[in-house]
Amino acid sequence: MNIELVLFGVFAVMTLLSAGLVITARSPINSAMALVSTFFFLAGIYVLLWAHTVAAVQVLVYAGAIMVLFLFVIMLLNLGDAPHRGKPTVTRLLGGASALGLLAVLVVTLGRVNAQPAQLDAKSQAAFGTMAAIGQSIFTTWLLPFEAVSLLLLVAMVGAVVVAKSRI
Amino acid sequence: MVPITYYLLLAAALFCMGMFGVLVRTNALVVFMCVELMLNAVNLTFLAFSRMHGEGTGHVSAFFVIAVAAAEAAIGLAIVIAVFRSRGSVNVDDIRTMKH
Repeated sequence: MNIELVLFGVFAVMTLLSAGLVITARSPINSAMALVSTFFFLAGIYVLLWAHTVAAVQVLVYAGAIMVLFLFVIMLLNLGDAPHRGKPTVTRLLGGASALGLLAVLVVTLGRVNAQPAQLDAKSQAAFGTMAAIGQSIFTTWLLPFEAVSLLLLVAMVGAVVVAKSRI
Repeated sequence: MVPITYYLLLAAALFCMGMFGVLVRTNALVVFMCVELMLNAVNLTFLAFSRMHGEGTGHVSAFFVIAVAAAEAAIGLAIVIAVFRSRGSVNVDDIRTMKH
């Protein structure tokens, strides 16, 4: 029993538990807090995949910035607990069943795959997932998508101000 | 060493939980949180495949997904605020003006 498998098991179970809490909690605040813990446990799983930089960004951007935005909006709207469970309409039942069906298909398909991590030599292992390697890739191969993303963020910023402002 | 298949199974479970929440919950804010769950499942898949092939392209994709998620959250929450201001509710069942 190696320690990596134990850590993966703990993080995976905690991630799924928190995600379950997100979709079952009655109060939106509880959902948001469960989502924060989901992000933290997912960051742990990213570290197990040698993605240290993405794990750090996950905590900073997701658990930090995006969740603060969510909490701001929840408190701004002053929402209480859900007054009623939504009625189980036909669409809702179909939606839940299709999600379960997708899960069954994915589990059956992925269960047949035997994918193992790549064996890397010491040099490429040291460079894997570092900020330097990712930055090199972003600013050479993926420069145009990177600029497009910066434009997208600008558009989103202006759009958010325009949409949320009551009078311009 | 943990097989990549385990990571893929975890990502599949997380994605389906997010999809379940999007389709079943009525509070628009919780629906948005479930969309974030789905985006995170996709990120996990990218990173798992990146580790499987031993190259860093998946990490770049994960960065782009995080940036798009940030933009989506900003716009989506602005729309939720605008709808709440005009309708007084964030329940997706109450917002049916465009329904035929």
